[in-house]
Amino acid sequence: MEPIETPKEYQKYVDKKSPNSPILKNCFNAFWVGGLICSIGQLITYYCKFRGADQQTAGTIVSIVLIGVSAFLTGLNIFNKIGKFAGAGSLVPITGFANSIVSPAMEYKSEGYVMGVGGKMFTVAGPVLVFGISTSIIVGLIALIFI
Amino acid sequence: MKRIGKQTICFDNPPTILETASIVGPKEADGPMAEYFDQTLSDEFWGEKTWEKAESKIIKETVNRVITKSGIPANKIDYCFAGDLLNQCISSSFGLRELNIPLFGIFGACSTFVEGMCLGSVFVEGGGANYVLCATSSHFCSAEKQFRFPLELGNQRPPTSQWTVTGSGAVILAKSGEGPYITNITPGAIVDLGIKDGNNMGAAMAPAAFNTLMAHFQDTGRKPSYYDAIITGDLGHIGKDILIDMAESKGYNIRANYNDCGVLIFDKNKQDTHAGGSGCACIGTVFSGYFFKMLKEKRYRRILLMATGALMNSTSSQQGETIPGIAHAISIEI
Repeated sequence: MEPIETPKEYQKYVDKKSPNSPILKNCFNAFWVGGLICSIGQLITYYCKFRGADQQTAGTIVSIVLIGVSAFLTGLNIFNKIGKFAGAGSLVPITGFANSIVSPAMEYKSEGYVMGVGGKMFTVAGPVLVFGISTSIIVGLIALIFI
Repeated sequence: MKRIGKQTICFDNPPTILETASIVGPKEADGPMAEYFDQTLSDEFWGEKTWEKAESKIIKETVNRVITKSGIPANKIDYCFAGDLLNQCISSSFGLRELNIPLFGIFGACSTFVEGMCLGSVFVEGGGANYVLCATSSHFCSAEKQFRFPLELGNQRPPTSQWTVTGSGAVILAKSGEGPYITNITPGAIVDLGIKDGNNMGAAMAPAAFNTLMAHFQDTGRKPSYYDAIITGDLGHIGKDILIDMAESKGYNIRANYNDCGVLIFDKNKQDTHAGGSGCACIGTVFSGYFFKMLKEKRYRRILLMATGALMNSTSSQQGETIPGIAHAISIEI
């Protein structure tokens, strides 16, 4: 190869040299695991409705169950293995959100319950909350003004 | 002791590496180097409540072990150079607080091990000390916590990412002995070629390793073939390839005798470590465990040991800074 002089040349060379993530495989795993999690949610909805719950109550129960299960699996050191395999498939559904709050809470427990668990619990999920809530306010305002 | 060339120091009475010790974590114990380490741990906590405490215990016990193995009483050791990756080097300060040996806490990221040996050998050769102890540690869990994400977070690591070695390596340098001897040191300058990706440390550090390697060859007039082995710290699979390419572009072929501790310590295919090992303990344990024994048995007679460091922290990464790299080299001969 030619001697590298500038950062630009080096970046180009490094990009060529670094292997890419296996995108096809990752997408496939994300697709079926994500689909499976959502199907489980749908099955719970059907069951709740079958037992007489209305749509809104059934939805709430689904969220509670999925959050509870993924928080539990995070505590058992299992969820990170699912996440490593499925990527966005387990991250995007509400399961990923639960994991992103429980994992820092566990990690920072060693720094105490107040500043450790309390203070660091939202280090990963914080941006999702801030921008999620901000976006919902903007959308809500648009709906209020134009609809 | 005299300066040769631009940045190399050549010793007239080369200090001896008297003894080494290494302790590693469970993942390293499953790797190809397992049999060479003094002790392997079955879990990351080693009976402690936190990973930081566990890392302190690892460096403390490694230092105790090297002192015991050397047969030199602790009060005969004049100075200690130690450092690690945790903020303000707490693993080494906390681990060594009961040691009662004058301590220099040093930080060179993953280059700390050889940085300590450079400084220690100058102390010994300059007459300031008879025995100097150098130690480093790193811990996968404490490093992930500080630099990346919580361990239980279900995310994916890119193929360029490296796996921080859990463990500690320690050496004792002596004024006189039977070798192996530290004959030259080539401390390196910071080189930053603009890599920002914290998940591609090998690429960030390789230009610094290249810079120090070229400086060493130019200062000493040696060629790659002078050494039985040229060993870098934790460039990993990608950084190793880059260094080979870069050296070739200047007419140095290091393909035959060059390897990297990050490549050696894990089995990439079986252990899912992606681009290889990293951390202060990577070169610390592989040198203390493997290469020191090879030198003692005279299977290697001349090696160039070069530790590489990425001088960043989590704040600088979030602020979009590039990653400055550094590399220090020492030649060890017997």
